[in-house]
Amino acid sequence: MTALTPELKSAANPRRRTGSVVWHLFSLAVLCVVLYPVVWVIGAAFKPGKKIVGSLDLFPADPILDNVRGLADGIAGISIGTFFTNSLFYAGMAVVGVVISSSLTAYAFAKIPFRGRNLLFALMIGTLLLPYHVLLIPQYVMFQKLELINTYVPLLAGKFLATEAFFVFLMVQFMRGLPRELDEAARLDGCGHLRIYWSIVLPLCRPALITSAIFTFINAWNDFMGPLIYLNEPSKYTVSLGLMMFRDQQGISDYGGQIAMAMTALIPVIAFFMAFQRYLIDGMATSGLK
Amino acid sequence: MSLVKDATVLADERNIVRPVAQKRRGRRDNLAGYLFLSPWLAGFLLLTAGPMIASIYYAFTDYNLFAAPKWIGLDNFTAMFDDPRWQKSVQVTLKYVVIGTPLKLLLALGVALLLNQSRRGQGLYRAAFYAPSLIGASVSVGFVWRAIFSDNAVVDKGLGSLGLNLGGWIGDPDLILYSLVALTVWQFGAPMVIFLAGLKQVPRELYEAAAVDGAGPLRRFWNITLPMISPVLFFNVLLESIHSFQIFGSAYVVSNTFCGPADSTLVYTCYLYQKGFQQSQMGFASAMAWMLLLAVALVTAVLFWSQKKWVHYEEDAK
Repeated sequence: MTALTPELKSAANPRRRTGSVVWHLFSLAVLCVVLYPVVWVIGAAFKPGKKIVGSLDLFPADPILDNVRGLADGIAGISIGTFFTNSLFYAGMAVVGVVISSSLTAYAFAKIPFRGRNLLFALMIGTLLLPYHVLLIPQYVMFQKLELINTYVPLLAGKFLATEAFFVFLMVQFMRGLPRELDEAARLDGCGHLRIYWSIVLPLCRPALITSAIFTFINAWNDFMGPLIYLNEPSKYTVSLGLMMFRDQQGISDYGGQIAMAMTALIPVIAFFMAFQRYLIDGMATSGLK
Repeated sequence: MSLVKDATVLADERNIVRPVAQKRRGRRDNLAGYLFLSPWLAGFLLLTAGPMIASIYYAFTDYNLFAAPKWIGLDNFTAMFDDPRWQKSVQVTLKYVVIGTPLKLLLALGVALLLNQSRRGQGLYRAAFYAPSLIGASVSVGFVWRAIFSDNAVVDKGLGSLGLNLGGWIGDPDLILYSLVALTVWQFGAPMVIFLAGLKQVPRELYEAAAVDGAGPLRRFWNITLPMISPVLFFNVLLESIHSFQIFGSAYVVSNTFCGPADSTLVYTCYLYQKGFQQSQMGFASAMAWMLLLAVALVTAVLFWSQKKWVHYEEDAK
């Protein structure tokens, strides 16, 4: 019951203490359920393949390294490192593209009073709600005609052309919150927009840029549909596709190798999250508050 | 509107009202604006607007990617409505959206209310609960899900010890979709963070005043918390339902065969993918995509229309 509203300070002391115990028990219970699959995958990677599904122990009594060691053999003559390099390239380039193109776009929307701004801003917000699947087929046809299938161009084009409206929106919100006096003063001193963008607005927008960069990296790292559609040569596969190929080769019910590789693929995302969780959560939180 | 305002404010600040200078500046702003916007404009025209128009056209053609598209009028649409697999995919997707989204949002709101009572460790819990939202869509987690929902695996044994012997969910056409529902509910952290931010903005005085008036916790929740966070609730309902209509990767990975036993996880986008990229029926797939867009637009429109009745923006109160 008390969970429905913030506890009022006037509540009697002993009641507060039992409330606190209940609160922690509840939160801990949720925590256990939420983190279970993540902890499970770490333990499972060190269990013998046949035991992974049936065993209830989170961590094996006698951990084995066969699964992880097996990754060194690669898949169909391609080393695991290739998939990781490809994913790193894709995610890294996506970050560069999104940060540059979205911040330029956001600057225009937030700081330049040009004609037609409101209409274009509304269109940009509209694309936020547009299902990507409507664009999937015509984009594929276009890239096929340009003979760009099986390259990273179709995957990265949108990132460099600011089609990720969410990040543009995030940066617009942030730039609107910056004190106007700063860029007004710079304009009076004769600074052009490029100067203001580069030397004043961008440095002040660091938190929004970092949030966008990390989200972009993680989204590209996890992206499955894009690579599935556009890449068809195993040596160009990202980690997501590598995982699927691994499973196809080894058989769906041979969990040893696939779980070991799944764990390895999760490490960069979890590391990024641990390092930057504050940026991510604050970025998410502001997106809902306008 | 703001264009005029910005210009006058500036003119006042500089203490010069020179229409010519102002006009020149306006022109320079227009040029700069469109220069800064050029990547987005190019993206919008080449990757969004252009493809949308092409997609409408393809929807009315027979197109296999190799021969030129052939106009066939409404045939794709009539074939689609008559196609039992299409009907099944609509059914599966609606079931997923209608069950998964409310569950996820209820859990998100419940846990946000819990975390909103500032106690020690709140930040840690918030971060941990958010983590699944970042990895939930990955192929890795799809593998994990398939393993823990298999026959004789953790979920099966856990429920069995409670007397519920359901067997593995993955192999069961009646249950496999619920493993996908569980996967989306597991990612409640993203809407939870947004709820939490909304809850933090509710002024404490309101609760204190209500408590003085003798309102119990339930009443305070119903009459203060809920109306105050209704804009955030609206945002979450809109985004989460639109997203869940588009589920693809998790369904593909967890069911392994696109569609699960007896098409039980044939979600809309998986069928679209099969039609377009496996059977090269680009026209049919485009028609399907437009039906998805219509569905999403309908949900959006209904939500925006209903907004007047239940969403309270602070401007209204003043």
